[in-house]
Amino acid sequence: MAKVLVVTSGKGGVGKTTSTAAMGAALAQSGKKVVVVDFDVGLRNLDLVMGAERRVVFDLINVVQGVAKLSQALIRDKRLEGLWLLPASQTKDKDALTDEGVGNVIAELRKTYDWILCDSPAGIERGATLAMRFADEALIVTNPEVSSVRDSDRIIGLLDSKTVKAENGERVEKHILITRYDPARAARGEMISIDDILEILATPLLGIIPESQDVLRASNVGSPVTLNNPASAPARAYLDATRRLLGETVPMLVPTERKGLMDLLRGRRAA
Amino acid sequence: MSILRLFSSRPAPAPASAPIARERLQILLAHERGSRGQPDLLMLLREEILAVVSRHVALDPEKVIVRMERGKTVSTLEVDIELPNELAPVLAATG
Repeated sequence: MAKVLVVTSGKGGVGKTTSTAAMGAALAQSGKKVVVVDFDVGLRNLDLVMGAERRVVFDLINVVQGVAKLSQALIRDKRLEGLWLLPASQTKDKDALTDEGVGNVIAELRKTYDWILCDSPAGIERGATLAMRFADEALIVTNPEVSSVRDSDRIIGLLDSKTVKAENGERVEKHILITRYDPARAARGEMISIDDILEILATPLLGIIPESQDVLRASNVGSPVTLNNPASAPARAYLDATRRLLGETVPMLVPTERKGLMDLLRGRRAA
Repeated sequence: MSILRLFSSRPAPAPASAPIARERLQILLAHERGSRGQPDLLMLLREEILAVVSRHVALDPEKVIVRMERGKTVSTLEVDIELPNELAPVLAATG
């Protein structure tokens, strides 16, 4: 049965698009048929992170408005069997998206795909509420930082009230994905702890993605980090999170500081 | 003097700021969650009270103030309705 997963956060720049691409690719790598849908009308970036920016012909709004067929707008990933992208429009007005139109597209996608990942725009405006509207599950991307946690709390409130599931008295299954986790800052007590975040948001944790140059490198070359460098720390964290999403029990590893030569020297001095 | 000293001369560490972040968030979110959805409730109350009162008294909708105060143990609802002075005949008529 198809699952619609919204990747959301409220706050911008926390890693929604990166996480959508990484988890979408990871799901496809595990044999699922996956489509990632960009809801960020006017500021689309999922195409760029996926390396498909030059292959966009039609977009979500074209499909909603009946200008193009869904099959014409879907872009098949060249590297991974079973991974598809439905891009957002870069030029159209975001008001062109309607509840009904988006609902029809999602219903159509449900017939073909195992997973439909909706990459939400930042904010709590129409684009964000539309992206979550038809979701079965939600991935709330949160940075260990006060403003991000506050915005996540706000988004959780919306997931519990403005989604079709909530309106029907059901629950959207919510998961927290902590991204840009910096072990060095955590060790110095400068970063709000994972336990505190989970206690405040009262939502279960799906994974912890360490801050890493590998993420930046992957988006530079237009490849999801799970595909570009599967052995890297962030990719392994995304792959573990994906397995948990699929119901597997995978031990949660809190990223730790990797000691360099200088740290070792310092450590010996201090001891 | 060891060359290692060059690498170990770090300033004294600042006190951990993470607990402060947690405390501020907990207070803020307790407040924000409490007030979430509140404007809708007040709007609803205001409209219904207005409808009931204006069935009997002609009044200026602008002069109806509904306010909610949230306290730790109890919350209070304050309704302030200003009635026009030419009220008496209306009341007598509907009496």
